[in-house]
Amino acid sequence: MTIIDETAESPAPDGSGDTGRPLLEVRDLHVEFHTRDGIAKAVNGVNYSVAAGETLAVLGESGSGKSVTAQAIMGILDMPPGRIPKGEILFRGQDMLKMSGEERRKIRGSKIAMIFQDALSSLNPVLSVGYQLSEMFRVHQGMSKKDAKVKAIELMDRVKIPAAGDRVNDYPHQFSGGMRQRIMIAMALALEPDLIIADEPTTALDVTVQAQVMDLLAELQREYNMGLILITHDLGVVADVADKIAVMYAGRIVERAPVHELYKRPAHPYTKGLLDSIPRLDQKGQELYAIKGLPPNLLRIPTGCAFNPRCPQAQDVCRTDVPPLHPVTERDGTELAGRGSACHFWKETIHG
Amino acid sequence: MAELSKTGEPQDATPNVSEVEVVDAHSESEAVAAIEAPVERGEPILQVRNLVKHFPLTQGILFKKQVGAVKAVDGISFDLYQGETLGIVGESGCGKSTVAKLLMMLEKATAGEIFYKGQDVTKLSGRALKAVRRNIQMVFQDPYTSLNPRMTVGDIIGEPFDIHPEVAPKGDRRRKVQELLDVVGLNPEYINRYPHQFSGGQRQRIGIARGLALNPEIIICDEPVSALDVSVQAQVINLMERLQDEFNLSYVFIAHDLSIVRHISDRVGVMYLGKMAEIGTDEQIYDHPTHPYTQALLSAVPVPDPESREGRERIILTGDVPSPANPPSGCRFRTRCWKAQDKCAEEVPLLAVPERFKGQDTPAAHESACHFAEEKDVVHAS
Repeated sequence: MTIIDETAESPAPDGSGDTGRPLLEVRDLHVEFHTRDGIAKAVNGVNYSVAAGETLAVLGESGSGKSVTAQAIMGILDMPPGRIPKGEILFRGQDMLKMSGEERRKIRGSKIAMIFQDALSSLNPVLSVGYQLSEMFRVHQGMSKKDAKVKAIELMDRVKIPAAGDRVNDYPHQFSGGMRQRIMIAMALALEPDLIIADEPTTALDVTVQAQVMDLLAELQREYNMGLILITHDLGVVADVADKIAVMYAGRIVERAPVHELYKRPAHPYTKGLLDSIPRLDQKGQELYAIKGLPPNLLRIPTGCAFNPRCPQAQDVCRTDVPPLHPVTERDGTELAGRGSACHFWKETIHG
Repeated sequence: MAELSKTGEPQDATPNVSEVEVVDAHSESEAVAAIEAPVERGEPILQVRNLVKHFPLTQGILFKKQVGAVKAVDGISFDLYQGETLGIVGESGCGKSTVAKLLMMLEKATAGEIFYKGQDVTKLSGRALKAVRRNIQMVFQDPYTSLNPRMTVGDIIGEPFDIHPEVAPKGDRRRKVQELLDVVGLNPEYINRYPHQFSGGQRQRIGIARGLALNPEIIICDEPVSALDVSVQAQVINLMERLQDEFNLSYVFIAHDLSIVRHISDRVGVMYLGKMAEIGTDEQIYDHPTHPYTQALLSAVPVPDPESREGRERIILTGDVPSPANPPSGCRFRTRCWKAQDKCAEEVPLLAVPERFKGQDTPAAHESACHFAEEKDVVHAS
């Protein structure tokens, strides 16, 4: 218990961004897509930061912009139709959006790596996993084929794939879902990056395998002291591994908080709604709380607070003014480290 | 609830089954009459006995010879009571969707019986089979692929009436479809729209309306909410519970999300590799699991409460689910089980109330297919 509290508190100063330089900092990022039907505003001013050894969970539904933000950080956004009209992505203080393609390539893979959701479609089916793993070493470090293969086997061992030496020449379809995800993790780890972005790494897996994979990821993160951005919609996974959480809705961060705080006292009606809609034991046989309505269309984001059509507390001001991310304080005004809520009525939400 | 928990005794059902075989010899119209007859609340409406489905693996092109079989479902028995929800959980590949298809008669069972109101539907044909099919409907997992993109919502929901015209006379169908749309919470004016004009949650409502069209008694739901966003899942679950009360439906609810299954189910069956590992009321399964697989499954589910992450004991299974084409001998779970002994490799454990709990009035006394069944509370923290 005490151990967690320490880990939860130590990165908190980084969260506010003034003491100690975070590993990665996203500042006021905007991403839009030009489509036939108009401009879809996928990300509308996202700010977050991650320090070494810290786990940031980005929570949101489909279309909330959580994956697009990650793709922008990795520099794998399809441009066009995507466009980044505004914003900065600072990696160790340097803005990656201003770098040349060559410079970014040096960071991608060796400094920041990504784990994708669907391992089967992210691995090349016509190349053996050993080839795909060793490619990292050959391309980035200019290793010989033979040495690279030895490294590949080491990596497969590292992520606990049984009989790695025999399986290095197997193809992706010969592995089970959990094993494929391990290979994805191995590939992301290959060059010992400082930051890993995991985009729904276990959504396609069964719970027992999910537990294995999340465990492995946590262990490797501790060992290499990596920063981790975990993108997910699963409130259970987040509660298990995250240090701090950013909740996204319609391309904005609507709430951010350390993990314990968020579950105990949500300060935004959307977060509150999500938490309330989890089936609980004592609610058996009763209606589940459901957030009414649908996630907004990104081509026509509602004016004011994007959540206002679905919000039980919406007032006139919510329909006209976009709420900034207010710092959240205790009733008596003491600041709560690392907390923020983009709601005009955050006080009412958190303090009742 | 108290009536339902009697299910522990499989012997209960055996006299029924022999009666049934006699009835089976009678004429088709009697079978239809039996199918149309109402069932009391709390009585079994569907009884599955030793259901088996093997998919053959063949070799050769011209002269195909069978070289083995994928044992997707391998001897499953359970009862569904009128008005209840039976949840079926398990990992992918455990055969839960195949069970759904067998119950729908979309696949032909290799062996075993499915009794619907005492009639063995695997042996029915013609008018009687059609009558059964009307009464068992399905809601599919993926609302994006289970609705024909070229048909309007009105045509999709109204299509069942073409096959069973007795439910709604021709002139009445449009009104009936609009009623159904209203029942599932969609605007009746949407009748001429196409599926792509709806969101995922709305599409799932259309799928549910189609399932309701023929006033069925049983709805088989195969992962009805897993393709939906979190905030929309609760809406659909609430709708399904409301409809159950309103139309007196029985649900077979197949899903892998254990917390949702617990919320909606009266009884829960846990499947592993084509076998039922454990079955009981929701309280028996979730609070007093006796099968090691159920315990591992429950402990692996992430709890949405950060306070519990240190105190919780987690059982992390090693390895993957073995191939159903070549399942382990004896107990199928033994390759991943921490309790496995020699006996587990030799003897197939039967699904029954474990010897040690027999006759006792504890929640642990429910059917569990393990030689070394013992109680272990793994989720008390939540």
